[in-house]
Formats: sequence, C-alpha cells, structure tokens
Amino acid sequence: MRKWESIRDKAIPVLFIILVILIWQLIVDSGIIARYILPSPWDVITVCIAILPEITVHIYTTLQEALTGLLIAITLSVLLAILMDNFTVVKKALQPLLVVSQTIPIMVLAPLFVMWFGFGMLPKVMVVILVCFFPIVVSLLEGLGSLDKDLLNLMKSMKANRWQIFYLAKFPASLGSFFSGLKIAATYSIIGAVIGEWMGGKAGLGVYMTRVRQSFALDKVFASILVIIILSMLLFKLIELIQLLAMPWKRAIK
Amino acid sequence: MLRLLLRMIFCQERRISIKLKAEHLKQKYEGMPIIDDISFYLNKNEFVTLIGPSGCGKSTIFNIIAGIVPLDEGKVFIDGKDYTGEQGHVSYMYQKDLLLPWKRVIDNTALPLIIKGEKVGEARKKVTPYLELFGLQGFEYKYPFQLSGGMRQRAALLRTYMFSRDIVLLDEPFGGLDAITRAKMQTWLLQVIEKIKPSVLFITHDIEEAVYLSDRIYVLSARPAKIKEEVQISLPRPREREIVISAQFNRIKKHILSNLS
Repeated sequence: MRKWESIRDKAIPVLFIILVILIWQLIVDSGIIARYILPSPWDVITVCIAILPEITVHIYTTLQEALTGLLIAITLSVLLAILMDNFTVVKKALQPLLVVSQTIPIMVLAPLFVMWFGFGMLPKVMVVILVCFFPIVVSLLEGLGSLDKDLLNLMKSMKANRWQIFYLAKFPASLGSFFSGLKIAATYSIIGAVIGEWMGGKAGLGVYMTRVRQSFALDKVFASILVIIILSMLLFKLIELIQLLAMPWKRAIK
Repeated sequence: MLRLLLRMIFCQERRISIKLKAEHLKQKYEGMPIIDDISFYLNKNEFVTLIGPSGCGKSTIFNIIAGIVPLDEGKVFIDGKDYTGEQGHVSYMYQKDLLLPWKRVIDNTALPLIIKGEKVGEARKKVTPYLELFGLQGFEYKYPFQLSGGMRQRAALLRTYMFSRDIVLLDEPFGGLDAITRAKMQTWLLQVIEKIKPSVLFITHDIEEAVYLSDRIYVLSARPAKIKEEVQISLPRPREREIVISAQFNRIKKHILSNLS
C-alpha cells in the first residue's frame, strides 16, 4: 500500500510535466504558434544536442564562475553568521544591511560591477556572491539559534566553553537549515553567473545567450535555458548528496 | 539498647559525610516567591527524593544547585564548600534525554569527558566498561534515533554519571516513558545504584517511584515551594519489585499521599 503511494507521489509530477510538454509540442506542430516565435520541445532538444560541442566552453566558464562565487559566498556567510550569532552588536549592525542588500535589483548592480571590475571573471563572481550569500546567512543564523535551550543549559552545566558549545552542539544542530539555504544558493549561483555574463564578457552561457538572441535564434536561446536548468538541478543534487554525507544521523532515521 | 547505640553511631557517621547541603534557598520569579526558605541535605551514597505537585518549583531547585539559575537568597554547599551559583560540580539529567542526535551512543556518553578536554579515543575507552552495566552493549555505534525511549534514558544517565560520579541530580528522568518501561527502568536503576553507589538527588511527582527508590523523601508544598515533611524510608535494600505491594510500602505511600494533598 505504502509502496503504491510512493510510486504515485513520484509519478504525478512526472506525468504532469510530460503532459505540458506534449501540449506544447502539439501547439507548435499544429501551427497555432509559428516555429520562429516558439520552438517546439523536440526542436529544443535536437538543437541542444547539436550545439553541445560549441557551448561546452561556455558551460565550463559559467560553472567556474558559479562555483567560485558559491564557495566564496559560503565562506563569507559562515564567518558572518558565526560572528552575528556570537556578538549581538554585530548582528544588530548587520541585519538591516543584509536585508537592504537583497532589495537592490541585481540587474542594476551587474552593469555597475562591470564598470568597476571590467569584463573579466570578477564582476560575474561578485554577482554570484551577492545572490548566494543571503540565503546561506539567513538559514545558518536561524539554525544556530535553533539549539534546544535545555541542551544549552546541559552543556553549560558540564562546563563546556563557548567554542565547545559551538562545535559540539550549535553547529551540528544548524546543519539542517544550513543545507536548505545552501540548496537555494546553489540554484541561484548559475543564474547569478548568467546575469553577470549578460553585461559582457568573452565566454559563458550568458554571453552565448545574448549572441543567439541578437541573431533571433530562439531555438538556441531555449537550448541554453535548458542547459541552465540542467546545471542548476545538478548542483542542487550535488548539495543534497553532500548533505547526506555530512549528516549521517539523518540517514539513520530512514 | 544496642540498636539505639548502633543507630547513634550510624547517624554520627552519616553527619560527617554530607555530600550536598542546601541552606535557606529563596527564589522569586517576576516578584512572586516560588521557593520559600528550603533547606535540605544529601549524604554520601544516599538516594534522596524531592516530591511535590507539578509546577511547584522542583526543577528550579535543581537549576539552582547546578548553578544554571542565579539564586536570590541561600547557600549551596558541596563537600562542605560553598559552591552557590557555580556550574560544573554536579551532574544533571532531565526528563528529556537531551542526547545529541548527531553523535553515536558511545560519543554521547563520553561527551562530558570530551568537554573536559580528553581525546575522543581516550574518552571512548573510559566509557566502554560502563556500557554493559547501563545495558547499552551492542548499541555503542548507533545514533540516538535508533534507540528505544528506555535505552535513550539509560544512555543519558550514563552520560550524567560520566560527568560526575559524586552527585547526580535526576529531574523526572522516567517521566516521559510509558508505565511498563518506567517500572523496568526503576528496577534497573536500583540495581545500578547497588553497584556504583552514587549520591542521588531525585525529582518526581510519582509517589510510588519516590518510595520505591529513595532512602529519604522531602515532601514539598505547592507554589511557593516549602518543605512540608521529611520522610525516612526504612524499607530494606536491595529492593525487589514486589515490595510495592507490601503493607509497609503502602503505609508510607498513604502517609505521603495524605500529606501532599
């Protein structure tokens, strides 16, 4: 009974996506919408396979920017979250600034970064850092504050010092929400890099997208969107895998 | 006559070996008195219970002794030294097992040693001989989630014992268990106590549990908590489970019951 339910739960979303793609295919095939306006799913897939050799270098560039930015964002946000958790002054001072940083439209900042840091890798990485670090900081902060108060008292009654309380209890307790934030950040990182590349550069999926859009090759635009989706999903899955390895006690529950 | 003499000598000896003494504890919470002039003591190797209605401030008394909650008035002596408001001199166990979900049983029980600065390998080696006594052999490398409620409480108790073999404060340790597991755990606790002879201060609102386990019981009133009576439990040790249906046991139970209500 339970097995059937789990099969059903997995099958419903897959079937629904297939249905949507099928309708899309039918609409384009029947000529309701012209092919040069909206390519059919089948066109997108064939084009995607066809252009794969020429966009590998772009994929590589984008991935490099996204991962560099993500790693820097993780380092920064872990440091920041620890500081904010330990020193109320830092928390009070930075919290509003953090929120404000997220209200500035990234589309406005990206060209500014290009003006300040040129057309190299740096402005793209900056965009990635900016979009990634907020979800990580917020989720990690929440996680660090989530430790059971009685557990905290118990650690204190055992004379644990601040550092011990942190690495024995607080940090492991926060890992769950840390990874939730990290998963969001990971999917943002690819988009962040692509947005950064729109403003100019030598290579990258964003650069490629701008080029094919300007030549009205909509099938190639869609193909690059498909690639971006796949990359983001892969990165998401990678984080999930790391989480599974980093939190063996969660595996044990299942 | 001889009996009286023996008792006098016995009492004399006991007076010397007071492990823990609380004098005139007074505590207010938001202006309301919750603990009103409580004094009690715990002898070496003795099992003393504080019994009282729910919410009478029993746990606050424990927090005061453990040094977690600052005390308004009064003093706490451990081995004759004034340790009022100081942490780290007694070990403490709550109703919640508070095991770290991310640590295996062996590391959870070794936690106090690791906090004291011992290496993981050393700490594990020191815990190992006790795992069997606490009924945890074969589960050393499991995570807390994989254990039953009773087993988790035993692991928590071992952790408590690893911190301080001297004075153990148990705050309703079996309160969250079902009745059958609870009865088993009480009998098990009695057996363990026979072997390791700790000095235990116990909190419960279960009269049967208190009488079954204790050498002495302090009966507390409802809030603000005051000591109504001190009851000496002269039931023989080691105690079997059947003792709870004996006439003597029920007499004590009845007495405390009438005093509590």
